[in-house]
Amino acid sequence: MLKIESLRAAVHGTEILKGIDLSVRAGEVHAIMGPNGSGKSTLAQVLAGRESYEVTGGTVTLDGKDLLGMPPEDRAREGLFLAFQYPVEIPGVTNIYFLKAALNAIRKHRGEPEMDAIDFLAYVRERMKLVEMDESFLNRSVNEGFSGGEKKRNEIFQMAVLDPKLAILDETDSGLDIDALKIVAAGVNAMRAPDRAIVVVTHYQRLLDYIVPDRVHVLADGRIVRSGDRSLALELEKKGYAWLEEGVAG
Amino acid sequence: MSAGAPAAQARPFAALLAHALPGEPAWLAALRSRGRARFETLGLPGPGDEDWRQTNVRPLAGIPFALAGAAEASAADLSGPGIASALPVRFVLVNGRFDAGLSTRDGLAAGVSVSDLATALRTAPSEIEPHLGRIAPIDEAPFAALNTATFVDGALVRLGENVVSSEPIHILHLTVGSGAPAAVSSRTLVLAAPGSSAVVVETFAGSGSGPALTNAVTEIVLGAHARIEHVKVQAEPEETWHIGALAGHVARGGCLRSHNVSLGARLARNDIGARLDGEGAECVLYGLYLADGAQHVDNHTWLDHAKPHCPSWEVYKGVLAGRARAVFNGRIVVREGAQKTDAKQSNKNLILSEGATVHTRPQLEIHANDVKCTHGATIGRLDAAALFYLRSRGIGEAAARDLLIHAFADDILAKIPAAAVREALASALYGRLERDLAVRP
Repeated sequence: MLKIESLRAAVHGTEILKGIDLSVRAGEVHAIMGPNGSGKSTLAQVLAGRESYEVTGGTVTLDGKDLLGMPPEDRAREGLFLAFQYPVEIPGVTNIYFLKAALNAIRKHRGEPEMDAIDFLAYVRERMKLVEMDESFLNRSVNEGFSGGEKKRNEIFQMAVLDPKLAILDETDSGLDIDALKIVAAGVNAMRAPDRAIVVVTHYQRLLDYIVPDRVHVLADGRIVRSGDRSLALELEKKGYAWLEEGVAG
Repeated sequence: MSAGAPAAQARPFAALLAHALPGEPAWLAALRSRGRARFETLGLPGPGDEDWRQTNVRPLAGIPFALAGAAEASAADLSGPGIASALPVRFVLVNGRFDAGLSTRDGLAAGVSVSDLATALRTAPSEIEPHLGRIAPIDEAPFAALNTATFVDGALVRLGENVVSSEPIHILHLTVGSGAPAAVSSRTLVLAAPGSSAVVVETFAGSGSGPALTNAVTEIVLGAHARIEHVKVQAEPEETWHIGALAGHVARGGCLRSHNVSLGARLARNDIGARLDGEGAECVLYGLYLADGAQHVDNHTWLDHAKPHCPSWEVYKGVLAGRARAVFNGRIVVREGAQKTDAKQSNKNLILSEGATVHTRPQLEIHANDVKCTHGATIGRLDAAALFYLRSRGIGEAAARDLLIHAFADDILAKIPAAAVREALASALYGRLERDLAVRP
């Protein structure tokens, strides 16, 4: 489903991604781990189309379509979803208005009719249950005044509403206490499906106790330095990242 | 004055100032003379005048304005920003003169009257004399002085004691151009007796062609515990210079809320404020200005805290594109003895283009020691992180920009009283935002 080949990207002239190769098939959950500054979040943002990153080489395709040539909205319409590490507050735009505009833009792209307000509300109410969100959140401004945990839950809720082909979760576990982490993980697990791929970007293996990945990749200094199954994450938990970075330097 | 200045500049608006109405009471003739004398002394303000440093009205001196004559307006001219058709009560002034044919006053509650000022000055001068020209600072403000010298008619709104007007009172100021430069002096006086309450909407619109100068003065007198929500919508054509003053006088426990929406005109200058002259008197000033192209919009607000325990609250927001220039000057005066004053002021500007500029300045003069006065100003662009966030969810770039601009303006819009006014204004506003201001990168 997702195919990344020799992807290189820079910010303000400094190269952060130095040649990433990664393939994710439908139905799989992959974890990308790595120390701070390894390029994990850059990868997530580049895939979603953040303009402040300059792609300097390589290709990325989603179901065979070239992602890098698309603006961010077209990537989303093609089925990519990024759960932000730092969800943005948008005062004055309610969650429900925002989600309806987003869902209908995606539906229109797919050639489906727009959802009216009544159908949309029923659909959204059902999806909210996945992340145990209170209905009052619908009429609040997007992420405004939300706690850290509420923002992350809101990301997963948006994912549940927009029903993407490929979801990238960027440090969705950061800033969550254990109860919130369980709720978020349960929401993600409920979204696992044979026709959907999920990429979990995280610094800690803790999240992977709850969202069990099929593959684990370790990113260091802009490259994937190790790939393996779940046991790689457990090994990292024990040994830390230092041994991998030394391996790169040596 | 330089030797090469055009003759008109030596005595600007000489043609306007020759004006007098027949049969006016002596006090009014005296008031007009005072206005004329003050205007001739002050002259057209220039860059050396502290209050006009950022707003250049000197080109007015070179335009041979004559007082706009009576003109025919048709129902089509009423469409303006769509508010006229939305409200059942409508008092129409065409070129500053009452137009009975276009006006409807059927829905007025008992105890509420809206009359034309020219008639009222003959029939009820004693009600007008204590207030007219005493609320607006005609001795300091040249345009208010000019208006006082030259208005031919206007609107007088009277609310009896404890009367609540169920319908908004809509005063529509229409300028109908005939090609030649035309000046209109619009005058409005609102007298709200103690305990009364009303929404007063003043809309400024125009049709026809040619340069126009709209010089409007509105004075609002609030008795104890009276409450007035004033909505000003300025949607004049691009050849119009709009100079407008709104001055309130609020007695004990009264509340004046002003909503000032500036959409049109090539140059718009508003002087809006109130004197809080009794304990617990309150004033709220909301403003929203949209400008693009070469438009210039200047809002000078003032709050005169003359008595203790008076709160004031002020939020002005602007959206600017093209080479538009915006000026905000928020003056707050706390008089000696006006303890426990609580004044908050905020001015926020959203800039959509490289060429737009904003000058914003708070101006606080505090002569009491136990007061709270806060102010803040921001000038910013659309938040790149927010734009990306919206687009990453599938919302197109243009729609994402519109969404953020609406969100910026919405909280001011949401405060506008009377759903019919708010909705009509929302569509006028959004139309203009989408048509002219949501410039694409």
